[in-house]
Amino acid sequence: MRIQRRYIVDRSVRYLLLLGALVSIFVVFLIGLFTLREGLPAFQEIGLGGLLGGRVWRPGREEFGLLAMTIGSILVTIGAIAFGVPLALGGAIFMAEVAPPRVRDIVRPAVELLAGIPSVVYGLFGMVVLVPLVRKIPTPGNTGFGLLSASIVLAVMILPTITNIAEDAIRAVPREFKEGSLALGMTHWQTIVGVTLPAARSGIVAAIILGIGRALGETMAMIMVIGNSIIIPKPLNNNPLTLFLSQARTLTGNIAVEISYATGLHEDALFATGVVLFVLIMLVNSLARFFMRGKPR
Amino acid sequence: MKNDRITSRSKLTLARRHLTQRLAFGFLWLAGLTAVAVLLAVVGYVVLQGAKVINLDFLLTPPRGGLSGEGGISTTIVATFYLVLLTIGIATPLGLGAAIYLAEYTGEMQGRSGLLPLLVGVARFGVETLAGIPSIIFGLFGYALFVSAMHFGFSLLSAALAGACLILPVIIRASEEALLAIPRSYREGSLALGMTQWQTVWRVVVPAALPGIVTGIVLSIGRVVSETAVFYVTLGASHKMPTSIFSPARSMALHLYYLAMDTRAFDKAMGTGAILVLSIIVINLVINFLSRRLIGEVRG
Repeated sequence: MRIQRRYIVDRSVRYLLLLGALVSIFVVFLIGLFTLREGLPAFQEIGLGGLLGGRVWRPGREEFGLLAMTIGSILVTIGAIAFGVPLALGGAIFMAEVAPPRVRDIVRPAVELLAGIPSVVYGLFGMVVLVPLVRKIPTPGNTGFGLLSASIVLAVMILPTITNIAEDAIRAVPREFKEGSLALGMTHWQTIVGVTLPAARSGIVAAIILGIGRALGETMAMIMVIGNSIIIPKPLNNNPLTLFLSQARTLTGNIAVEISYATGLHEDALFATGVVLFVLIMLVNSLARFFMRGKPR
Repeated sequence: MKNDRITSRSKLTLARRHLTQRLAFGFLWLAGLTAVAVLLAVVGYVVLQGAKVINLDFLLTPPRGGLSGEGGISTTIVATFYLVLLTIGIATPLGLGAAIYLAEYTGEMQGRSGLLPLLVGVARFGVETLAGIPSIIFGLFGYALFVSAMHFGFSLLSAALAGACLILPVIIRASEEALLAIPRSYREGSLALGMTQWQTVWRVVVPAALPGIVTGIVLSIGRVVSETAVFYVTLGASHKMPTSIFSPARSMALHLYYLAMDTRAFDKAMGTGAILVLSIIVINLVINFLSRRLIGEVRG
């Protein structure tokens, strides 16, 4: 009798747990369903071309084009990658190959803590410290708020993601590879460049792509330093680099800034922004998964 | 003659190779130490600037609200605490259950086909996908489902439900890893004594994996404390003391955002930021302590 009850409990718990395991995919399904359902009227009314290709976002006049924000998101991500990737990969190689254990024991917790600091704190630091510095660049129309400040803040925010995953990938390269190279008389650095990094290539690429995913999804810190103007960023004078002094708005920022007071088609268009962001990030993440596949973790 | 030339040339290239290595390693050191320097700069600046306004009064008086930026942060501390409690309370049972299933019950399915292995594959895909979705999308979703469709309004409950979806993959991954690290022999011993699988899991494997599971939960607490985007669109912005789970509220991180963007009371924002950073540091210390214990136990 008691044994039988034990087995009944055992059976039912198994299915209860399976249900628990399926909650995640159910939530993913719900997220897809709700953002699509709420965004659908915008797609019907404005059309995919109008949403993606429209240059003007003016809710008051029922104009909803996302081109400016899409370009803003992409540019700030490019900027963050340009600043962040060399540092993050350098840090990863440093921790995996070069750093003495005692130094590594300082750098690793520091990187972990960088990942934990709230994005609003980064945003605040950007507003109070970084923006006034950027404002000192003498260019007419430069407010300090804009792509450059946002890129720097974002670079710091994606650094831990890239460093951690890339370091794992570098560590996963079998010892024999390196020993073979060193035995042939290569220096440590030549071994890193010629053997270790190529062997860890797919993991490193995945790390960078996941960093891109994080950059595209970041919201609050971007709102705080990027200026939020709905314009397609242009160079402020005839130096093309001043493009990065231009203000901009990200897709994420567009949602967060306006959702609290939006109604009707405006609200639908913000959900459509969410759909665009969702699809963009899904593409990026599946690309990362493609590169990670077949690599034992 | 000829040999001499080769030796001198190889000596030259050797010197060059070592120089290159030295330069490259210099850059690597710079990159590694930059991470530390950035951390020290951000934490140091925020904590030092914040320390100017932090005192008992700041912690114990409610914010005045509106555009003044006056007052302290007492209600936002309480709101953050409630929010953490609710979110973790919702996500932990779900996440732990999922992790137990994925770690303990899927072993025999490896390489088989059928409905169950398919479901497991789908479940894993769900966890991975959820982990990659940006937080503002969770906010949008929470706003559409919990705030509007289910009429919970801007409230602690709506925010906690949306937040729970956000941290679910964190808890699942950490718990699964902790469960998988428990040696097979633990399970075999228990099964050999006639325990059912569930008894084995609940009485033997889960207790052994507890430090790892708790690490995941503490990590999630950190995520909730620092998360802003989700709560910005689900929690409302009330600076008043929350009285029930249906009250709108303002977490510390959200309060910082409003102070910086709407009031320009940067000193108070720094104070709030300092408290946030200090709590994250404490959380990281707890995690490091726990994972060191975990490693010690499995080895010992």
